Amino acid sequence: MGSPVDIPVYWDRMLLDASQVTNPSIDPLREPMELKTFLGAKPKKVNIVTGKNGKPELKTKLTPQLELDIPIMFAAMSFGAINFNLHRAMARAATATGTAYNTGEGGLHKSLYKYGKNTIVQVASGRFGVHLDYLKAGAGIEIKVGQGAKPGIGGHLPGEKINDKVSETRMVPIGSDAISPAPHHDIYSIEDLLQLIYALKEASEYKVPISVKIAAVHNVAAIASGIARAGADIITVDGMRGGTGAAPAMIRDNVGIPIELALAQVDQRLRDEGIRNNVSVVAAGGIRCAGDVIKAIALGADAVYIGTATLIAVGCTICGRCYTGKCPWGIATNDPKLSKRQNPDIAAKKLTNLIRAWGHEIEEMLGGMGLNSIESLRGNRDKLRGVGLSDTELDILGIKHAGR
Amino acid sequence: MKRVYPDKNYCIGCHLCELACITAHSKSKDLIIAYREERGKDGLSPCKRVFEKGDTCVAISCRHCDEPSCVAACISGGLHKDPETGRTVYDRNKCVGCWSCLMACPYGAIRRHPTEGKIVKCDLCDGREEGPACVAACPNAALKFEER
Amino acid sequence: MKYVIIGNGVASIGAIEGIRKVDTENEILVIGAEDSPAYGRPLISYLLAGKIGPERLALRPKDFYGKSNVTLKLGTRVESIDTKAQTVQTNKGESIEYENLLIATGGIPFTPPIPGSEGKDVYNFTNLEHAQTLISKARNIKRAVVIGGGLIGLKAGESLFDRGVDVTILELSPRILSLAFDENAASLAGGRLAEVGLNVRCGVTAKEIQRDADGELKGVHLTDGDFLQTDVVVIAIGVIPNYNLAKESDIAVDRGIKVDDHMRTSAKGVFAAGDVAQAKDLLFGDDRVIPIWTNAYNQGFCAGKNMTGTDIEFKGSLAMNSISFYGLPTISVGTVNPPKDDSSYEVAVHLDEKKKSYRKLVFQNDHLVGYVLVGDIDMAGMYTAFVKFQMAVPEDAKKQIMAGEPDVLMWPDDFFKETWNPGWEEAD
Repeated sequence: MGSPVDIPVYWDRMLLDASQVTNPSIDPLREPMELKTFLGAKPKKVNIVTGKNGKPELKTKLTPQLELDIPIMFAAMSFGAINFNLHRAMARAATATGTAYNTGEGGLHKSLYKYGKNTIVQVASGRFGVHLDYLKAGAGIEIKVGQGAKPGIGGHLPGEKINDKVSETRMVPIGSDAISPAPHHDIYSIEDLLQLIYALKEASEYKVPISVKIAAVHNVAAIASGIARAGADIITVDGMRGGTGAAPAMIRDNVGIPIELALAQVDQRLRDEGIRNNVSVVAAGGIRCAGDVIKAIALGADAVYIGTATLIAVGCTICGRCYTGKCPWGIATNDPKLSKRQNPDIAAKKLTNLIRAWGHEIEEMLGGMGLNSIESLRGNRDKLRGVGLSDTELDILGIKHAGR
Repeated sequence: MKRVYPDKNYCIGCHLCELACITAHSKSKDLIIAYREERGKDGLSPCKRVFEKGDTCVAISCRHCDEPSCVAACISGGLHKDPETGRTVYDRNKCVGCWSCLMACPYGAIRRHPTEGKIVKCDLCDGREEGPACVAACPNAALKFEER
Repeated sequence: MKYVIIGNGVASIGAIEGIRKVDTENEILVIGAEDSPAYGRPLISYLLAGKIGPERLALRPKDFYGKSNVTLKLGTRVESIDTKAQTVQTNKGESIEYENLLIATGGIPFTPPIPGSEGKDVYNFTNLEHAQTLISKARNIKRAVVIGGGLIGLKAGESLFDRGVDVTILELSPRILSLAFDENAASLAGGRLAEVGLNVRCGVTAKEIQRDADGELKGVHLTDGDFLQTDVVVIAIGVIPNYNLAKESDIAVDRGIKVDDHMRTSAKGVFAAGDVAQAKDLLFGDDRVIPIWTNAYNQGFCAGKNMTGTDIEFKGSLAMNSISFYGLPTISVGTVNPPKDDSSYEVAVHLDEKKKSYRKLVFQNDHLVGYVLVGDIDMAGMYTAFVKFQMAVPEDAKKQIMAGEPDVLMWPDDFFKETWNPGWEEAD
């Protein structure tokens, strides 16, 4: 959705299964459906003992988890790139629906600290707005190594979009372009990344899971393996069709690979190496509907991030002029005249509706497959069939062709 | 008592409240006829006034004050407080068009009717089942009809 | 009786509504000298002019007194107040005990000692009875002379003119409405009256009223030597506070009955409000008699609340007048003619003689303290806000106000919030 290139959308070439006769369907309006998802490292086995009071007790110490009522989160869109009112709306909607939103690389405004339980704070290469209180405010910390729309380079915030509130939160001067460096200047190897991951764990007192976000590139599977071994709890993979507020058009259209292929490979590689349970995988980059969500989960994702879809819910028409700071819907701007067009009360309702509606659709499709828990679908490639795909594509996705 | 409270943080100055107001108070109850004909012929005017200054706008109408200046100024008893509903009620038949209320109201909520020697003042859409038309029409929830 | 009110004008109504805001139980007794329930006094000119009928005079609906638990004693005059025994004595021989008493006896016409004014065909114009008399006289007369070019005089003159009488109004000062208007506004208004055919003569007044041997009114000798033939004379120079009742009861009076910030007089349990009272002026801070309709109501309301034991401070009287001259509306509020040699005042004037439109704004030390509007009166309320709330006017707002575009967004943020969104915080 973020890039107009004419590259196949694999979601549209994958079809879901449903139950007929054998393994009957489940009616989601009558039976409980479990969409709850925990993001974080899972232990290989759990040790349960009988406690003093005769009840079973969990002896295994679990690593910190991010609990979501539904495996859909609001993607990282920084304050500055988008309207502060939308951060307020996302914070409220995430709290109302029991999911999380990501601050993006623009920092977190003090007034939103109270939504911390539903916030993932991002540490990007520019380290904008990063200080101790910030790191302790969220329910998860994400190191942004790359972004699907512009792999290999850092974030861009044109000077026109920086006003005093943005300046204060990001800790940058008003009016000058805020361009994040391409690499983190303290991450030049996987060992450096390990050090940063553990530095953040120390800073947050090991209370929250640490995520690493990478763009989907050619050796994404190997990178993911390295990140998992470096101690990350969550890996976010962002495909080339992800949206952006500002990116050089050449890079947006020509760099990176689609999320469907990247996700399938990451999941497969981690399983092959026996370390799939050490991390949760979150997919992002052009997720358009509940169908895409469920397919992503079937391919192996633990959860998804939605960025462009979130903005469309509050009025975005994808005119592609976010970088001007003159967004007529008041979405990609903090200009006082335009930003008031997004009333957080109304926007929060719309976002809550979006999540709830997709949740209902996912429950319907799960029930249709005879499953009552999203966990049963996770990585369950057998529930997918390809159509109109080459053998190579089917092989990479790890799915059979429809009819087989 | 419920009143219409304006929120100047979210008013986008679209004037839809004014249009909804004249439609609700028109004879035809049709926006196009109200705007194009009744405004010119009958002097139909909105009870709401949208003020704009720089980036800020706000839509103002009668506050139905607890202690109204207009009632104090009215020489004919045309404006009085309804003890049951708490509203500031305007009786057209008693009004003599002296403009004392217009002078006294410090909130700019009273205007002259363009053609008749009477005033135009918000009546909280008395008689309209769904409540004030302006609140329903505001696309950005910048008008709220509630008790505070 | 917990509450006794002497007077049945607008201050009395204000007091009833003020009392009832707090105390809905205890009975109120209103003693009024006139025969009708409270009526809109300014409406008598509309009545005289034939613009309204007597059925529109009542200031409140018929059931108002009943619903407000008020006993009305009409056609009764209070002759004395015993402030020690806390009783009032009426001309019907009653003695009524009071716990709280409000004197709202209003004003009486000021009648200067003009030779010849005693006798038939010389009238005042301040109450319903006067209007009714003039209505019946108007049928039979051709000419009238009105002495006084203030509010009452002009309205009396206009109303008689509308009844077909040939009217001349005499005003001693160089312009009509010398208090409420300045030269420009007076000239525009005077021009309108002249257009319609009403004669106004400034700088003169009546020296003597000429009567013939039988005492019949013949005409008026003017101070400039002229003689005007006339059938009736209406003396409308002004009103003075009707405070004799208080004075004779040893209640402190000055130009009016002196009241403090809570409308209390010098006597325990006795309050005063309306045209009879001398109360705090909003702009000047000192005590003045401001015989304006709105002030009478507000003072009555404040007195009423204080009579229930609630402690409410009176914010202060504000002079304000809204008068239309045959379709030309005018509004005047606050200080309109600041002393020319006082540099703390700044005046902004915009005059369009062709359109008959005038706007005068008087600032003092960055506060708007008064304004006059003729013709384009639609923004009046917004100017009143600045005067009434005494809001400081920053430079950019001042420019906009002087250009004729005051608005609520100029108000200081917290005052705006307090007014339009009291006690409400936006959720984060």
